[in-house]
Amino acid sequence: MADFDTRGIRIAAISVDPVETNQRHRKKMGYTFSFLADPNAEVIRRYDLLHQRAGPKGEDISRPAEFLIDPSGTVEWRNLTENAAVRVRPQEVLRTFDERNGKTSR
Amino acid sequence: MWVGFLVAIVALFSFEFFVRFPMTRDFPWANLSLFAIAGVLLVIGLFRAYGQPGVYRGRIFGPILTIVSLVIFALFSYALFYIVRQMPASAAAPQVGVAAPGFTLPDQDGKQVALRELLGSDGTRAVLLIFYRGYW
Repeated sequence: MADFDTRGIRIAAISVDPVETNQRHRKKMGYTFSFLADPNAEVIRRYDLLHQRAGPKGEDISRPAEFLIDPSGTVEWRNLTENAAVRVRPQEVLRTFDERNGKTSR
Repeated sequence: MWVGFLVAIVALFSFEFFVRFPMTRDFPWANLSLFAIAGVLLVIGLFRAYGQPGVYRGRIFGPILTIVSLVIFALFSYALFYIVRQMPASAAAPQVGVAAPGFTLPDQDGKQVALRELLGSDGTRAVLLIFYRGYW
């Protein structure tokens, strides 16, 4: 987490979970970044990440995906996993950022 | 043989536990190992039950437990290797090099946050958007 802060990378997590769930979950896990609520999946749809009927009760949810966006608003890097159980490692994001910004890692 | 059945049950439910660690999450070695151990114990149990019926009981329960364990293993494998790979195509998801679609969403305190605000805030050199499945 500190590695992201020192590089000036802001993190925002997005899901269909409502505000209250995000507040509780964020507190419980001790996360310091923002959790954004998209209960109607509008933004998830805008990013074409909707995974229909994949929720626990067949709800439409987001597929796991990560996007690194530069200050001009351009997508610098993205990761769309093909396996819901396999997620990106934080180190991979940091490495990508460092390479693009011409710094050596750590 | 009973132990073998129990290990199969443990192998199924310990998945929840092992997913917390990246190494056992990306590929569930620990769970598959437990299933393997369970299988060996069940086979030993079956041989004993049929080979020395005087010493070991379980000629009825043995096959039942073995079948139940196999079903558990089959369901686990199905979930593991098939369901998790059923992903939407996301052909229209923003590509590298294009402008990320803007949005405004409420954060955990109900405060409206715009992507442009996040990008424009002091000292920010990049924003990492993490879309996740939710239902926490």
